[in-house]
Order: sequence, then C-alpha cells, then structure tokens
Amino acid sequence: MGNWFVNNWFSAIIISVWMGLNIFIFVWFYFTYEHGEKFYYTRHLLGSALAWARAPAAVLNFNCMLILLPVCRNLLSLLRGSFVRCSRTMRKQLDKNLTFHKLVAYMIALMTAVHTVAHLLNVEWLNNSRQGVYDKLSTALSNLEDTDDSHDSHDSHESDDSDHKTTYLNPIRKNDIDPQQIPTYFVFTSIAGLTGVIITLALILIITSSMEVIRRNYFEVFWYTHHLFIIFFAGLVIHGIGYIVRRQDEDSYEEHKPLFCHNRTEDWGKIPECPTPQFEGGPAQTWRYVIGPMVIYLCERLLRFIRYMQNVQYRKIVMRPSKVLELQLVKKGFKMDVGQYVFLNCPAISQLEWHPFTMTSAPEEDFFSVHIRSAGDWTDKLIDIMEKLPEGAQGPKMGVDGPFGTASEDVFDYEVSMLVGAGIGVTPFASILKSIWYKFKDNDPKLRTRKIYFYWLCRETNAFEWFADLLKAQENEMEERGMGDFLTYKLFLTGWDQSHVNYIMVNMDQETDVVTGLKQKTHYGRPNWDKEFEQVRNENPTSVVGTFLCGPEALGKVLEKKCGKYSDVDPRKTKFYFNKENF
Amino acid sequence: MGKIEWAMWANEQALASGLILLAGGIVGVAGQFRGWEFAAYAVAAGVFVCLLEYPRGKRAKGTSVERTGQYCFTVCVKAFGPLTRNYYVRAFLHAAICVPGGFMLATVLGCVCLGIASLIYLAAAIRGEHWEPILPRKEVRKPVAESIKNPPQNPPPRPPPEMRRKQAKDLESAAYDNPIPVTSDE
Repeated sequence: MGNWFVNNWFSAIIISVWMGLNIFIFVWFYFTYEHGEKFYYTRHLLGSALAWARAPAAVLNFNCMLILLPVCRNLLSLLRGSFVRCSRTMRKQLDKNLTFHKLVAYMIALMTAVHTVAHLLNVEWLNNSRQGVYDKLSTALSNLEDTDDSHDSHDSHESDDSDHKTTYLNPIRKNDIDPQQIPTYFVFTSIAGLTGVIITLALILIITSSMEVIRRNYFEVFWYTHHLFIIFFAGLVIHGIGYIVRRQDEDSYEEHKPLFCHNRTEDWGKIPECPTPQFEGGPAQTWRYVIGPMVIYLCERLLRFIRYMQNVQYRKIVMRPSKVLELQLVKKGFKMDVGQYVFLNCPAISQLEWHPFTMTSAPEEDFFSVHIRSAGDWTDKLIDIMEKLPEGAQGPKMGVDGPFGTASEDVFDYEVSMLVGAGIGVTPFASILKSIWYKFKDNDPKLRTRKIYFYWLCRETNAFEWFADLLKAQENEMEERGMGDFLTYKLFLTGWDQSHVNYIMVNMDQETDVVTGLKQKTHYGRPNWDKEFEQVRNENPTSVVGTFLCGPEALGKVLEKKCGKYSDVDPRKTKFYFNKENF
Repeated sequence: MGKIEWAMWANEQALASGLILLAGGIVGVAGQFRGWEFAAYAVAAGVFVCLLEYPRGKRAKGTSVERTGQYCFTVCVKAFGPLTRNYYVRAFLHAAICVPGGFMLATVLGCVCLGIASLIYLAAAIRGEHWEPILPRKEVRKPVAESIKNPPQNPPPRPPPEMRRKQAKDLESAAYDNPIPVTSDE
C-alpha cells in the first residue's frame, strides 16, 4: 500500500480534489433548493425531489465541462511541453487522461440516473397536484396560470393591475387527457423533457458501445457511436432554456410571505398581506460551463483537419514478415520526439477513421516511420493495398495527425531504464534504441541514462526479423565503442515448441543465437520477473529506475506489483517507477 | 465494418435496457404512480431481459470474455435451444416486451432502449449471426503412443544380490561392468 502511494500520490490528489468538488457542488445546490425561501411553494408540490434533481444537475454541469478536456490531445501535448522543466510527476499525470475521461463519464452516468429518477417523481407529483388529488394549497398553486396580463412571465416589474396578473408555478398545464398519459405528454412536448430523453438515450448508446468488449474488438462501432456526444452536448445546452424550474420572484417574496400565507389560499389577492404569489423560472446555466471546452475541442478537430490536408510523401514501403507493414513517410515541418505516436487516416479505406500508431523512427532521422501489424479491418485493407502497389510507386493519400506525446519521452531522464515490450508493443522502444544510437554517436549531453535493460517478449520467431537488424547494428556499435554493458537486452520466445527445442539442442554451441543471429541468447518461456528485478536492483543499488511497458494489461499489473515490491521507501536505495503506454 | 459482430453490441444494449426498465419499474411501483401496473410489468420484464442477456455469447472470431459468474446462466439459456440461439427470435421478443413500457413515463426510456437493442439484434440476425454458449474447454488428452501401452514385463538384467550389495572394504571388486557402454553427456 505504501509503495502504491509513492508511485501514484499525484493521481490520488487529483481524484480527491475532483471528488471533493463534486461533493461540495452537490451539497451546496442541495441546500439551496431544500432550504431556499423562494422555493417554499415549489417544495410544497415536490418535496425533496426538487433538491434531489437540481443537485445532480449542477454536478452534471461541472462534469460535462470536464469530460471533453482529457481528449484534447494537442492541448495536453502543449501542457506537457510546458512542463518539460517541471517534475516528471506532472507529465506522468497527463498520460492518465483516458482514465480520467472514463471516471468523469461514470460520474455523468450516475448523476444522470439520480437526476432522471428525481424528475420522474417530480413530474408524477406535479401531475397529481394539477389533478387536484392533494391538499388545498397544492391545488391552489397548480391552478395559477400565466394570464393575458403577464405574457412575459419575467416582466414582473409591472406594478399596475398586479392583482389580476398571475404566473404559473406548476409547469403542467394540461388536464384534459387521460391523466396516466399526461406525464409522458408533458415530457415529450416540453423542451426540457424532450431534450432530456434524447440526450439520455444518446448517453446510453455511447456507454454501451464503449464497453471494453466492443471497444477492443469492434473499434468502428465504438468510434462512430461515440460521436453521438455532439447530439448530447447540443441537447444539453438547450435542455434548460424552458424556465420550468420555478421559484417565487423577488418582488412577490417581499409582499407575500409563504410562512404566513400558505394556509390562507382563499384570501390570496383579497388581503393586503397576501397578494397572489408570482413566479419566475431560472435561466439556462449549462452553456456557461461547457462553451469553453466545446470551443477547445472544436479547435482540436479543426487542427486535425488542417493536418489532414497537408501533403505526406512516401519515402519507402516495406512488407515485413508476419504481416507487418513498414511505412517511411515525409511531411514538411513535422517534428517528433522519441516514442511518440501519430494518427493515420487513409481516405481510400475509410473517410472518417483515424487510427493511432507509435513511430518507430528516431527524431534524428529526416523521415518518420511506422510499423503496422494486421489487427483488424482497417489495417488489413491497408496491407492489402500496399501489397498490390507496383514497385517504387507512391502509396494512397495519407493524412497524419500528431505527433502526440507518451511516457517514452521520459526514458532518458532515468539513470537506469527497464524497457519491456511484448510483441508489436516493442515499437516505441525501437524509436528509443535508435535515438540512443544517434545520441551516442553525437555524444549528446542530454542523455542521462547510464544503463538500459531491454526485455522483448514475443510469440513467434518471424516477428523478430525487422527488429533483429536494429539490435545487431546496436550490438556492433556498442562493441566498437567498448560500451558493452550500456545496453543489456533479453529476448524471450514465449511460443516455443518441440521442433524449436530439437533445433536448438543441436546448435547450442554456436556463438550467435540460432533464432536471431544475435550474440545474446534467446530465452524460452516467460521471464521470471522476480529474478530480473533482483538483478537490476543488485546491479544498481542506489538508482532511480524507470520501468516502461508497451504490452498487455495483465503484464502491466505484474510489473506494477513488482515495481512496488522491489522499491525501497528509503530514498537512498533503488526505486522503481512504472510507466505504461496506452492506446 | 466487415468483421463487426452486431450481436455483441446488441447484447450490451439489451442488458442495459433491462436494467433501465427494471429501475423505471421500481420507481413507478415504489412511488405508486398512475399506471403502476405497467411499472410492475416492467420490473418483471426487466428481470427477465437481464437474465436472458447476462450470459455473453461466444464470439465467432477471437477470444470471448465471460461475464463474472455467467456459467449457470449460460446453462439455463442454452437449455432453450433454438429459441435462444436464433437472433430473429430475440429481436422480435425484445420488440414485443418493450411495447407495454411505452404506456407510462417511468418506463418509456427502458422501452426505447430495448427497442433499439431489438433493432441491433435484427441486424445481427440478418447477417447470419447466432448465439453460441461459452463453455469451459474439455481437456483433450493426446492419444497415448503405442509403445506406452506395453510396459516391459521383466525387470532389467541384474547381477545376483550378493554382488549388488556394496562391499565397503573392497570397493574395487564391488564395482561391476555395465553390459551397455555408458558415455557422459557434456
């Protein structure tokens, strides 16, 4: 527990502040509506359900403002860039943007549920009041209409004929159809009701299509359905413009005190202490909260569109074994950092889909490259198109958005780094290793790293090839410069079988590994992480070690636990920090 | 959009609709709303839909992830055979179930959501999808090789017990020659 706290204290603070604000907003608005004097008559009709509807509404306003911000990637990159001088902790926080987005979404869903249930009760009770089922006061209040003298119910400063002017309290005016259907009728004919139903429906569809199963396996369904958020925000902004949550207005409250007049309904308008009470509705508030983030998000999409229009040239297209496609692209003014990712869009395949890929080239090169593995509809079609291209031809038009930052940029800040890549998850590390090679050649002083441990886990040998070339080159460089122990890499072949074993038994004595041709021998099966962490700790007894993973969740959990287990709370001893790549 | 199994999304949507129908029904009954009989129906219908939709079907391609504790539900749902296997049946069933929800405000949302789930199931059915239960894989034992079935009947040839007992005083004569040459494996 202590170690979890050391690694995640900043997240804990952000969540606490956010939760604290939510609770504060809820309680503040709850008490405003539960005890506000001007809502006395409203509460008589609705009871506590009024406060129970309005408090979540305020929390919803706050959270709908927040939900767009974590997915404004350019904004986050900007913030990240400005934090370069600041602590590493701040930048790690920005990587958890998707986690925060989901948390805010859960809060929105919960508050929507509370808000809806409270309003169901409200509508039912308003209907009953209008039907005259309750006490004298309720019936009297519900009978108040907007009369001709007061077309504009906000214009309550008309002082003449104030005895004849009335304003309504109960927004349900209809009472001549089947009473069971009046609530449904009211909801579907008022702006608040109709928009409420539509945006709740949009929210439900967004949530069901964002479930892990759908998101991971049928990404298009998730992505397209998620765009219902446009309907959600549009409806949300106009949801409150009907002025239907009523309260006694300022002037009326001066003249007519509810505590005195509430049981003198027959005398309203007849005695000077109790003129007919006048009511007004509150204006829509939501737009104040969401307009800012909506504008920012619009700018993000605009930026993406602008980048899409920019010209991208193909420098090289290579088909690698195991259905891996390498694209080397050139774009004017494109500057990247190590381990960043870009979004690619290919109109020939799909006009609207943008897919993220980590770049495998180093910033020092004059092009940028991506390695794309066959993983679904879009990637399959792309590989198909590229395979059919004639030699040396330019590929189809490609839009590139980015680059966007990830935790890999931090690799050089740690004295010691442990890099773990599973399968195609090795891609950001390809970028890092290449960059190290370049930095070494130029003796770059920014390179704080003294030692790198690299672990590559892979199922089949074929996928090694393109990366094996890179490692071979690195190996030679290290040997030449006498920096043999700067980079320690271990390759784990997790999908071995009997034929592998036989082949290897025969060729065990050779100097280079039979599978990869590298000097370091391939290990078989999964790594024993306890052993690995022990080794790193023993070899670096006083360092801060950064652990970086690009791979499956399950492995992330294991590594995170090991980081916690082998970290020492004592600042003089070894400390492990875990960073995860996330798409 | 070729590889999308609509049934997976329809299942999530239907499960959510069941819960919403149930919630609306509970509010309607607890609050003694007008038309509470429809709310009572919605409670029953919501529970039924949840039970039907809780066990996730097996994906046609790729690994299927079960919902926690869904095995007993899988067995029950599987027992209805073609009624639960076929998505046309589910589509029409959900369409029929959702209709009474429209007669009362508290259950209207559940009604619409279930209607949408019904439409997605219809799309799945048209594309030829069907529900397969996720059952635990039976261990397939590799067929045992012939030679294992006939273990040797006799023990290997050994010298008589007197010679086998190690003579502590006389190690040289206690050692015996192996009939088959043995080389060390380096």
